[in-house]
Amino acid sequence: MKYAYYPGCSAHSTARDMHESSMAVARSLDIELVELKGWSCCGATAAHQTDRALAASLPSANLVLAKTSGLDMVVNCAACYNRLKYANHEIITMPAMRQQVNDAIGREYDGSVKVRHLVEVLLEDIGVVKLRKHFKQSLNGLKVACYYGCLLVRPPEVMNFDDPENPTSLDRLVNAMGGESLEWPYKVECCGGGLSLTRTDVLVKLSALIIEAAQACGADCIAVACPMCQSSLDLRQKDIEKEAGKRFNLPVVYISQLLGLCLGIPHKELGLNRLMVNPSVILKTIA
Amino acid sequence: MTIKIKKQAAETGLRRKVEEMSGVDLSLCYQCKKCTCGCPVAKLSQSPPSEIVRRLQLGAGNELLENDHIWLCLSCETCYSRCPMQINVASVIDALRTLTLARKTSLPRGNSPLFNRTFLKAVETYGRSYDLLAIMQYKLGGGNLTQDVEKFPTMLKKGKMAILPPSGADKKTVKQIFKKAQQHKGSGK
Repeated sequence: MKYAYYPGCSAHSTARDMHESSMAVARSLDIELVELKGWSCCGATAAHQTDRALAASLPSANLVLAKTSGLDMVVNCAACYNRLKYANHEIITMPAMRQQVNDAIGREYDGSVKVRHLVEVLLEDIGVVKLRKHFKQSLNGLKVACYYGCLLVRPPEVMNFDDPENPTSLDRLVNAMGGESLEWPYKVECCGGGLSLTRTDVLVKLSALIIEAAQACGADCIAVACPMCQSSLDLRQKDIEKEAGKRFNLPVVYISQLLGLCLGIPHKELGLNRLMVNPSVILKTIA
Repeated sequence: MTIKIKKQAAETGLRRKVEEMSGVDLSLCYQCKKCTCGCPVAKLSQSPPSEIVRRLQLGAGNELLENDHIWLCLSCETCYSRCPMQINVASVIDALRTLTLARKTSLPRGNSPLFNRTFLKAVETYGRSYDLLAIMQYKLGGGNLTQDVEKFPTMLKKGKMAILPPSGADKKTVKQIFKKAQQHKGSGK
């Protein structure tokens, strides 16, 4: 299995752990991820809040690289995943936008590259039955609140990823690993990540609701697939505790980190030391 | 609820421009308010999304660009996802944002436009985002200087903040994309 890999800018900053653990998991499962040479930023929230054509052109510069490779494109970051799929959607549905994008990138691109999240590759191209055979360790009933946030699932017309109101992709992986994925009401609520620096007060309010709900439902940890969600809930958990007036100490890990643990990959390769909230409860349950 | 709007010289106010930019037909909205029920910032902003749409329908003018919802919106797309008429409300908000930038309205609390500018400037320069530079420029440009400084040493230690600028991107193409976007804006389209 071979794919064109788009790491996204956060792979080398706030989500280094996501990148490291995903690469380690891919290696362990013989998934070949070929990093796109010369890849550039997708423009993220800043571009689409500023200029629609800029927001479609920046991802397209990368999509056209994948097109040349002839491979499907695999992405880890939910924000990049969203922007890349949005660009494809606009190029296909808006002829004027396609023309403008092609003029900007200086190449002909038709919106046809298949963009996939690593979670989709694991579930669709390998499947839980085969995955189970690779696991060397079990999550031993670890109670996991799977949190999807916004960018993976919305808008469904564009993302076409799982059920937009009650997605279960991460839950299926957790259950396959021997964990207990929880029913809880905040799976697709927004963490406020878009206002992380500019209106931290809003982020703290929204993220507090998510962490409180997860803990009230009995979660040992939260599993995510988005660097913005991870950073809101983990890096800012101390600020959130201050707002809520109580201590949570709830680890927020990437699904790829849990998979890595079950595949028997050393902790260091999974970037577990980079988490702000110590994941010792997870390690204790597994051991 | 009573909505008072100031009519502009043009009969339709901002409506036609917003529809053209977002590709949305605002007449499709019949005010079911599903968007507002799901909006994470509906309670925190001056007007929830359904009211923004109603104001546009009624011919609101430039005063709507001062509404704090425009920059509080998190682009979570819950509004669009739940709209029975599939109105892309998030795209309407993006159009309003672009208009606030063009018409130079007063800056929102937290100054997201400044952060977006510093973020995109780093992308234009290096081809990829450079958090350290973008955050520093945002802080120096008027952001809260002391906010989050206590997190900085831990982030450095844990490798969650790169010191050196990113390398390896096709900078030429990225620069050209920014140049074309600027030209397009200049041509008034």
